[in-house]
Amino acid sequence: MTILVDRSIRVIVQGITGKIGAFHTQEMIDYGTNIVGGVTPGKSGTKQGGVPVFDTVKQAVEETDATASVVFVPPPFAADAIMEAADAGIRLCVAITDGIPAQDMIRVKRYMRRYSRENRMRLIGPNCAGVISPGKALLGIMPGHIYLEGNVGIVGRSGTLGYEAASQMKELGIGVSTSVGIGGDPINGSSFKDILELFEADRGTRAVMMIGEIGGPQEAEAAQFIKENMKKPVVAYVAGLSAPKGRRMGHAGAIISAFGESASEKVEILREVGVTIAPSPSEIGEAVADVLRRAA
Amino acid sequence: MDIHEYQAKDILARFGVPAPRGGLAYSPEQAAYRAREIGGNRWIVKAQVHSGGRGKAGGVKLCRSEDEVEDAANELFGKRLVTQQTGAAGKVVYRLYVEAAVAIRREIYLGFVLDRVSERVMVVASSSGGMEIEEIAVRSPQSILRTVVEPAVGMQAFQAREIAFGLGVEPVLVQEAVKAILGAYKAFEELDATMLEINPLVITEDGRVLAADAKMTFDDNALFRRPDVAELRDKSQEDPRETRAADRGLAYVGLDGNIGCIVNGAGLAMATMDMIKAAGGEPANFLDIGGGATPERVSKAFRLVLSDANVQAILVNIFAGINRCDWVAEGVVQALEKNPVNIPVVVRLAGTNVEEGRKILARSGLPIIRASTLAEAAQRAVAAWRNDARGRRE
Repeated sequence: MTILVDRSIRVIVQGITGKIGAFHTQEMIDYGTNIVGGVTPGKSGTKQGGVPVFDTVKQAVEETDATASVVFVPPPFAADAIMEAADAGIRLCVAITDGIPAQDMIRVKRYMRRYSRENRMRLIGPNCAGVISPGKALLGIMPGHIYLEGNVGIVGRSGTLGYEAASQMKELGIGVSTSVGIGGDPINGSSFKDILELFEADRGTRAVMMIGEIGGPQEAEAAQFIKENMKKPVVAYVAGLSAPKGRRMGHAGAIISAFGESASEKVEILREVGVTIAPSPSEIGEAVADVLRRAA
Repeated sequence: MDIHEYQAKDILARFGVPAPRGGLAYSPEQAAYRAREIGGNRWIVKAQVHSGGRGKAGGVKLCRSEDEVEDAANELFGKRLVTQQTGAAGKVVYRLYVEAAVAIRREIYLGFVLDRVSERVMVVASSSGGMEIEEIAVRSPQSILRTVVEPAVGMQAFQAREIAFGLGVEPVLVQEAVKAILGAYKAFEELDATMLEINPLVITEDGRVLAADAKMTFDDNALFRRPDVAELRDKSQEDPRETRAADRGLAYVGLDGNIGCIVNGAGLAMATMDMIKAAGGEPANFLDIGGGATPERVSKAFRLVLSDANVQAILVNIFAGINRCDWVAEGVVQALEKNPVNIPVVVRLAGTNVEEGRKILARSGLPIIRASTLAEAAQRAVAAWRNDARGRRE
């Protein structure tokens, strides 16, 4: 079992004819993802990567019965594309686009609230690596070959640090149920807590590796959730122990601007609720192996 | 992106938030001329640098004559102002703002931020203006009022009224205060700001509501649609290395250590810095070369890192997803062949096309120290840096 995606999920790509969109559409198809169409306004009637292109998400959904979308639309138009997906009845939207204005994301989140909780689209990202369930489906830009199939869930802000974790685990023969990149922006679709909730309920996941970083309140919120609701073991690494206060570290959201936002404070908050901490980024694999041994 | 106080006041005035009369000066003579133009007999001369805490650092001076204005300006121009926020390097004063001093009855703190918990704009106000908000939070937390703006309709008048009454503004001035609060919110929203601080918003003895100081930060991701804001950028206030990096599509933050880092991905870049520290070294910088890095971009990253005179070793750590190890390797070889260095270079490659990448490095015959894991890379970089430094001392 996995969370969010599986072999049969029907996926469209928004921004499918752009250079990056086209390239990753092919990669996702090669990985075995069930890509059924794409959207680029004005390109209806053409094909990309062997699948039909539509002008609107509504058309694409009507013709293909897609329930998920991956967004590669450039930043000025990406928020609009996400809202279009929500309105067309897409259930899961993975936004890869990096550089969306923060106020656009405020509007997106507000817009999504017009749907009742049951009918609300789940948004992953933006500015993320996407979602992969090894051997089943890839909705994103991860290099598929570094993931082994298995039963540890990964959730993290950073793409490449997620790769680092997966490859260390693979070295030790540990596989992944699903890996979710929630993205590096200050305002994002799904938080650590949202994804932990899914992993806790997933029968195919035994333990979770969580990769946090400096900035924002979401690791602390996750700690609260872990304390109150999680039975599965959680391992965490928080990047940025050596990052100075008040400086933005690449990700728009990676900046220590309030109490509780530094890496050491986050580590402390997580440790207090029983999370196993990987002391350094090179010990992520070992820390997961340890936790699995203890749980066995 | 940050802007200067005088620029923020210009913007606020356009949105109906008045400030004391003032003018910009690029020379002491011009400063004196501005004072005459403004009139009155008391002026404040304020250093325009991108930092808070200018007053404590000696960057704000009260003057009682045009001569005093000129003297103050003489002293401030070209000065390297070191505040709590600038770091030891400080920031050089190239512009001064001369402003009419006003008789202040009370000072209010008014701030607007993107709140990451509610994922909306939050308005923060306090009757203890003039202090930094962090200080207010410690000294008089009960004075802080907060309200969150509903994005579908924007800030409403009642919210501004609640703040004004909550701060104890006299009833006859509440309308003025409400106008200022709503105007400031409009400026924040319409120009894609991420932070706006009016500290203090003052009520003068003669019953006016004025922005006595103002600080604004804008969303870099939204500058494409705010060309007027983008024009306000002042590169003299930025770390030149960071400016050069940004112009080349690289995210760079200069630090104080001596092991230069070249990494792809912000998370991995931070993790690499952490590893260097854990191995007993100090990182010289944060650098994310991003996805799809060409050999040219890698070679530019090398030049950038080497432009920091403190760098005594370089660690390249690439986990290629969208990137390709062979391109990165070519970039490393290009950079080192064009500009040979006499400091150790450690390269760790993983992910897409890793075998091709390793072959390119091996074939080049360059003295590159190779590593296969993150831990090995950090340890080798720190060890090589130590040996090298020892060699130089001997």
